Amino acid sequence: MLGEDSTPHPQERSRREQSEDPEFLQLLDPSGQRVARPELDRWLADVDGEGGARVLAGLYEDMVVIRRIDMEATALQRQGELALWPPLLGQEAAQIGSGRALRQDDFVFSSYRENGVAYCRGVNLNEILRVWRGNASSGWDPFEINMATPQIIIGAQTLHSVGYAMGIQFDGADSVALAYFGDGATSEGDVSESMVFAASYQAPVLFFCQNNHWAISEPVTLQTHITLAERAGGFGIPHVRVDGNDVLAVLAATREALDRARQGGGPSFIEAVTYRMGPHTTADDPTRYRDANELEDWAAKDPILRLEKHLESRGLLTQELRERVAAKSDEVAGVVRNGVITMPEPEAMDVFKHVYATPNSWLSRQEDHYRRYLAQFEHHGASAAGHVSGGQH
Amino acid sequence: MATMTFARAINAGLRKAMENDPKVVLMGEDIGTLGGVFRITDGLQKDFGQHRVLDTPLAEAGIIGTAIGLSYRGYRPVCEIQFDGFIYPAFDQIVSQVAKLHYRTQGLVKVPLTIRVPFGGGIGSPEHHSESPEAYFTHTSGLRVISVSNPQDAYTMIQQAIACDDPVLYFEPKRRYHDKGEVDEGLDLSAAPSMESARVLTQGSDVTLVAYGPLVKTALDVAVAAGDEGISVEVIDLRSLSPVDYPVVEASVRKTGRLVIAHEAGQNGGLGAEIAASLTERCFNYLEHAPVRVTGFDIPYPYSKLEMHHLPDLDRILDGVDRAMDRPNSLSSLDGADD
Repeated sequence: MLGEDSTPHPQERSRREQSEDPEFLQLLDPSGQRVARPELDRWLADVDGEGGARVLAGLYEDMVVIRRIDMEATALQRQGELALWPPLLGQEAAQIGSGRALRQDDFVFSSYRENGVAYCRGVNLNEILRVWRGNASSGWDPFEINMATPQIIIGAQTLHSVGYAMGIQFDGADSVALAYFGDGATSEGDVSESMVFAASYQAPVLFFCQNNHWAISEPVTLQTHITLAERAGGFGIPHVRVDGNDVLAVLAATREALDRARQGGGPSFIEAVTYRMGPHTTADDPTRYRDANELEDWAAKDPILRLEKHLESRGLLTQELRERVAAKSDEVAGVVRNGVITMPEPEAMDVFKHVYATPNSWLSRQEDHYRRYLAQFEHHGASAAGHVSGGQH
Repeated sequence: MATMTFARAINAGLRKAMENDPKVVLMGEDIGTLGGVFRITDGLQKDFGQHRVLDTPLAEAGIIGTAIGLSYRGYRPVCEIQFDGFIYPAFDQIVSQVAKLHYRTQGLVKVPLTIRVPFGGGIGSPEHHSESPEAYFTHTSGLRVISVSNPQDAYTMIQQAIACDDPVLYFEPKRRYHDKGEVDEGLDLSAAPSMESARVLTQGSDVTLVAYGPLVKTALDVAVAAGDEGISVEVIDLRSLSPVDYPVVEASVRKTGRLVIAHEAGQNGGLGAEIAASLTERCFNYLEHAPVRVTGFDIPYPYSKLEMHHLPDLDRILDGVDRAMDRPNSLSSLDGADD
């Protein structure tokens, strides 16, 4: 009947979580207990075996450190040292579990929120925040850490990852290309096209979707009526839905998908169900669109807390480990902060650099004109910046 | 020297580039088994294999986006956009990624991508098959845009585009595909004129006529017809649309004092506007008459029974020359500040 719409509002639907879904892969339950899943356990021989304590401590350290980087960056933004920052708070298990499953020769194409993955790839901590200070459009050399610089256009990088994977295929290599993207990105045409290409060519690519439930203010239910993992099924791509706040489930699922790709089994899709505990960016105010109760529910599922419970249950959360991880976090945060504060400022004429790889007559002329324009002010003992802001209004 | 069609010359250039560099791969819709809807890639998949000549799914953003990924991996993809009007789904990947990656990464990531676009009208096609979208791309920094007008340039410049470390949009005038010309296949690329350079095709003293792609042939006909009436036209084939070789055009206009620009694309915000403005800035004092544009109308490309009214032809360009010459038979009064 007209006016009686029984479809629940997206916001309503978003509250119905599907964690009881039998397909939902979890290896650590919220109380930190290890759950047996035979199909995934085989990928965690190192975790479950004799050296397991060391592996778990490593994952724990990584998660704590990237949370600290994240908090430091947020603080730097609040202090006016960064223009903007997209927090990853709450997504530590998804980023470390997947990032630590990779091989050096794999290649990552990510969005702007995967700074925890960049940490796994060995990014120079002095430079990781360069983009967010406005000193460059990239924070690292993609070929040094085999990770493309952050993609801001939503979903665009998924196609790049598939193309890279096609190149791996042509080369006869067994590396894998990774595409990181969020729940909102799955609505973009590029993401669908990337799955078409990946399936058609059986390219060695892993689509790693962090469903953090929010695309700025829009709940994931506005993007899809089925699970995001099920989307991949329509393209004929093997897919799993894992607890993205469970670092072991993420690690195991990623290892399985990478292995499939290396063996010539083509693309896979992982939906890591997690939660964006912070704002979209430091410019966002989530209290305008989401319920405080929802945040509280997810705080109880905090990925670091969960791993701590697990470590505790195995008697591994020692004072020594806590102190070591705290010291490492302090050290990393110090390097990151110092890198920001001491970052060299770009020169005015850098604005023209690298537009083209080869000389371009039109741009050279514009550059030359601007150089001569600026030189006029030097001649008169004033900087161009002084002129621009200098009370001529 | 060999006589070959325009289409065959592109094919031969692609073949040469693929022989010279194993990283050159071709991608596009129907380009493999079929050899492309215009047969430009005819026989290449058979000779180089399916990994060098890829039939892709029907997704233009997908073609360009995956080509970017291949560039990251060290490949030099050459993408065919089947028709000019089909390029728009790929617009975001071209403008936001292809054009900006080198700048974004401070020169660390090169995108040596060539995008071939059969463009322009005159073949009696339905909608979306006859467009001239070049100005969208000349407006985007980070891209190089070229258009070829004859088989020799088609052969040479496709190889230059592929060898270039910058992304290049290569606009092919599809209505000239069957024109024949002499092609020197032994031409040494390093000895060929730069891809950025314009070329003066006829020396003239009265009017400079600038054209590119499909209208270069028409412009040459104009020079002959005008010559019969005692007007000496200097025809310049622009070849590079971004950047424009302004020194060549400027030298000509300083000599003739009159400038006519012809293109099939609409006038508003088109390449003719940019050239007219730039030449006015550069040599205002040498101009005897305001620059004249002869272009397609600012309409969606019309249905084929009317396309001859839209496309600048010999007579309309001659009329433009007359306007530049202030000849009384011209329609200059329609063009003045009074309307």
